[in-house]
Amino acid sequence: MQSSFLVLKDVKTWFPITKGVIRKHTIGYVRAVDGISISLQEGEILGLVGESGCGKTTLSRTIMQLQPATAGKIQLEGKELTELDGESIRAERLNFQMIFQDPYASLNPRMTVYDTLAEAIRTRHDYKGMELANAVGSLMKTVGLNPAQMKKYPHEFSGGQRQRIAIARALAPEPKLIIADEPVSALDVSIQSQILNLLTRLTREMNLTMIFVSHDLSVVKYIADRIAVMYLGRLVELGDSVEIIENPYHPYTKALISAIPVPDPRIEKTRKRIVLDGDPPSPLFMTGAAERERAEMTEISPNHFASDPKHFLAERKMVEE
Amino acid sequence: MPILDVKDLKTYFHTRNGVVRAVDGVSFSVDRGQTLGIVGESGSGKSVSCYSLMGLIPQPPGRIEGGQAILDGETDLLSCSEKVLQKIRGRRVSMIFQDPMTSLNPYLRVSSQLTEALQMHESVTRKEALKRATQALEEVGINEASSRIQFYPHEFSGGMRQRVMIAMAMITHPDVLIADEPTTALDVTVQAQILELIRERQKANNSAVILITHDLGVVAGMCDRVNVMYAGKIVESGTAEDVFHNAQHPYTVALQRSIPSLGSKGEPLYTIPGLPPDLAKPIPGDAFALREGIEHGGKWIDTPPPMRQVSETHWVRESDVILPALEEVLDAE
Repeated sequence: MQSSFLVLKDVKTWFPITKGVIRKHTIGYVRAVDGISISLQEGEILGLVGESGCGKTTLSRTIMQLQPATAGKIQLEGKELTELDGESIRAERLNFQMIFQDPYASLNPRMTVYDTLAEAIRTRHDYKGMELANAVGSLMKTVGLNPAQMKKYPHEFSGGQRQRIAIARALAPEPKLIIADEPVSALDVSIQSQILNLLTRLTREMNLTMIFVSHDLSVVKYIADRIAVMYLGRLVELGDSVEIIENPYHPYTKALISAIPVPDPRIEKTRKRIVLDGDPPSPLFMTGAAERERAEMTEISPNHFASDPKHFLAERKMVEE
Repeated sequence: MPILDVKDLKTYFHTRNGVVRAVDGVSFSVDRGQTLGIVGESGSGKSVSCYSLMGLIPQPPGRIEGGQAILDGETDLLSCSEKVLQKIRGRRVSMIFQDPMTSLNPYLRVSSQLTEALQMHESVTRKEALKRATQALEEVGINEASSRIQFYPHEFSGGMRQRVMIAMAMITHPDVLIADEPTTALDVTVQAQILELIRERQKANNSAVILITHDLGVVAGMCDRVNVMYAGKIVESGTAEDVFHNAQHPYTVALQRSIPSLGSKGEPLYTIPGLPPDLAKPIPGDAFALREGIEHGGKWIDTPPPMRQVSETHWVRESDVILPALEEVLDAE
């Protein structure tokens, strides 16, 4: 078997809840990520879906080593990341980069495109002068921007172009793993498709491994090879993306799929919807955490894993409409 | 008779870079109980056209250059005095915004924000107002409304906050509800709940709903009629069935072809080449033909394309744009 590129073993990220000002003591934990095991092959695109508050972002931040894991192992190409010290993490982080949701907030408004990209390139290469300018230019071409615009500031670009700059910045240190956190949800439909095309092309051309985080299953289905569905800090279903969409097992996955509006009035007017009632329970006051502990995923068909929905169904009501 | 009838609305912004024609001659009408969807890219003028109706355009730089918006056959929202408008806004025409966190006041309890509209528009006692506000919260599906009405906005989740917004907008039983991207900031599961709630409140009040969104999926499920806007003008208008199954304008066609959920896996998605035009420059003809990488017959470059009637319910703006094939779009990338 091919050795895995990124391996997560029972990763947990808990945030302590403290009480008291002078004599602080911990009264409990928010279990944002609560035991996730998954492995990714090189060049694979994994879609990570779930509602807000399910721990998708905490998991990405934990993989990025921006948030130390409470327990568990994270291995990138066989190297254990959780045991590295600060200096080595910074060096290692060139290998994994992140793309954020809002291109308005993630670029420094006082830096030109050249400054932003040059800074990122110089983390990896010791380029100067023309060499650096050429590297910035070719990077801009890769993401479909005109290199003649490298002296412009982020506000002079449209939303889609700004997201391209953010992608170029993430690619500059020549990473092997990209975590894209809702990279298209802030964009218009017509621009969404451009960015999705760009991301697909880049992962194929540069053999990147990508974790694509989103709450929109229709986008994830299109771009991802495999889909992992996350609920309250744990994975409830994992499998090939077509299989998950066409043949979902867990009721939570079914509800997520059912919630996607279909852009066709004929289908929309007649189809039945499974609607999840209310919000997910707060991870702060989780009841039945012990049962969840045991809810390991089992292989229900080849390469399709899902956990037992018994506990989930006791917690959230499903309404058919 | 339509409850709201907008004719030839023009809203321009007078900026240092020139006059931005954000909304340039838009006409539409909605009936009671009907839902009108307005779709388009950012900057197409969909929000500005609705903000104009509510008198929410900052003036200057904005200015309403022309047109009328007749509410219930009597009041013109565009020419009436601020005093009259204040009586209408929040009572007969209400609005829900995209981000409930920024449109609720974080310093005030939900109770005072909910009762404000009632105390302003209907002379009711505080006790009576609170009772109706609690009832409104119950109607939007918030449990234990009588205690939770004393919460601050931050004590609610995103979906719950949007429910509070809907309760606030619906508390005066408005004739028209304008929802500007009401679910864009929400999760898909919560989006489904909120859309269902808007539908249900609309039915209970027999209100007209104007739904502004860029999500074609939401439009398909919610709307009776759809207006597609591009560069400040309506390019196609019809029933949901007309627009989704018999789209005539190349822009509508291109929008539909670029939806990811319809794309098949492994194949590149269709994209619309170029960028929307700069509205600060006058556009004499078909704005869509000006997009870079788009071919056209040249007929509507200097003359404004008229609207053509396709069927009884379906109008489309003339255009001789030929959409490039998928391969050409990808080569240009």
